[in-house]
Amino acid sequence: MATDDRFTRDPQESDEDELAGTRSEIIAGPVRDWATDFSHLEPEWSTDPYAIQDDLRRRCPIAHTERFGGAWLPTRYEDVASIAYDTDRFSSRSIILSNFRPPPELAPIGGSPPISSDPPFHHDARKLLLGAFTKQTIGRQEPATRAFCHSLIDSFSGQDVVDAARDYAQHIPVRVIANMLGFPPEDGPQFREFVEDLLEGINLPPDERVERVQRLFEYLLAQVHDHLDSPRDDLTTYLINAELYGQKLPPDVVTGAMALLLIAGIDTTWSAIGASLWHLAKTPGDRERLIAEPGLLPTAMEEFLRAYAPVTMARLVKEDMHWHGVDMKAEDWILLSFPAANRDPAQFDRAGEVVIDREANRHAAFGLGIHRCLGSHLARMELRIALEVWLERIPAFTLDDPAAVTWSAGQIRGPRTLPLRIG
Amino acid sequence: MKVHINPELCQGHGRCYDLAPGLFGDDEEGYGQVLGDGIMAPEAEHDARLAVLNCPEHAIELLEES
Repeated sequence: MATDDRFTRDPQESDEDELAGTRSEIIAGPVRDWATDFSHLEPEWSTDPYAIQDDLRRRCPIAHTERFGGAWLPTRYEDVASIAYDTDRFSSRSIILSNFRPPPELAPIGGSPPISSDPPFHHDARKLLLGAFTKQTIGRQEPATRAFCHSLIDSFSGQDVVDAARDYAQHIPVRVIANMLGFPPEDGPQFREFVEDLLEGINLPPDERVERVQRLFEYLLAQVHDHLDSPRDDLTTYLINAELYGQKLPPDVVTGAMALLLIAGIDTTWSAIGASLWHLAKTPGDRERLIAEPGLLPTAMEEFLRAYAPVTMARLVKEDMHWHGVDMKAEDWILLSFPAANRDPAQFDRAGEVVIDREANRHAAFGLGIHRCLGSHLARMELRIALEVWLERIPAFTLDDPAAVTWSAGQIRGPRTLPLRIG
Repeated sequence: MKVHINPELCQGHGRCYDLAPGLFGDDEEGYGQVLGDGIMAPEAEHDARLAVLNCPEHAIELLEES
């Protein structure tokens, strides 16, 4: 058995840096004015962010808030794209907007490379992972994903109403990523908790958030040790052995990348599958058309990704500057809303409608520029298989109780309770 | 007509090789590649335009052959 002293340090030690960031006062409660006091954590936003974004796009395309120590919310496609492309002025050092800014020295690597990395390191870290996430490589997961979706639907037997978010959509990305990383499938429920810890509960006291993040890294470290003891053909072993600049990766880059792969693909794909099923449940015309024309699904799926894009990212402003009409300060957050960009009428015809045969669809659901979602081919495969299997097995379904549908809060938006009548 | 991918702009979204697999493929990192010399038959033009209209990075160009 090989020993690898990169992973023998006390994990607490390496967390010292993370604690040295800047904290801001936690401000919660109802929003006074979305143009000057926005918060993506308030229930009004999670219930219907589109009405808020459309209103802002018309009257104040770049909204501001004093919450989170200062943040901006651009709502036009053009502004969102400019920021995504401008890695000189906007850093990815932290991509989850919270009341804690990690120290500037964390750049250009960030806590979960490559999503948290800036050039030039970003390119090299991303290059290590690209090969594992090409369409072809991901295609190998397709048969197992399809079989798993069927097994979830088999488990609905005898039920007239099922929760498509909790009992279907959620499980699919969890199972696939556990398989790719080589983690035990029975640990799935724990991943759910890690995701909630990182992406929700943003307004919890920072110390509590740090403690929750540590739980994730303790788990990942245990998986690293398990893989050091018995290496196998999966992404964890790959990262442990991967080399950058002629050396094996530093331990925090290994666990940071593992954290990214585990967290980034779960909430997001779960949301995309859930939002698509929600739309079809409440729009019988679209559902019937997809049953009649299954070949339209890939096109329809892109429209669901545009209209219900689950992912919003964050950036940090590098220096004080006057930008597109507003005065940004160094360390201000940017809430980079791909969902808002995707509904900009200046970019899309009938931007507020879901047009399942939309032919031209340059949506930004997977981001734009160098941080294009590394897992986009994986997400598209999971979404396509999840919808194909569902429509094949359950062609007729409706919302059981529209008022019972709940949506996640924060930067990843999708249904978390979705009772569908299937019988 | 000829298709061209600007490698400076391509980020590997893969819309081109999803929508027009007869014209585009990917490299080992998932970036789009024009298959062959990029010169296409008139019947392939619809697929080529579809790829152009769905590339989020505006990385694909259709060039009139001179």
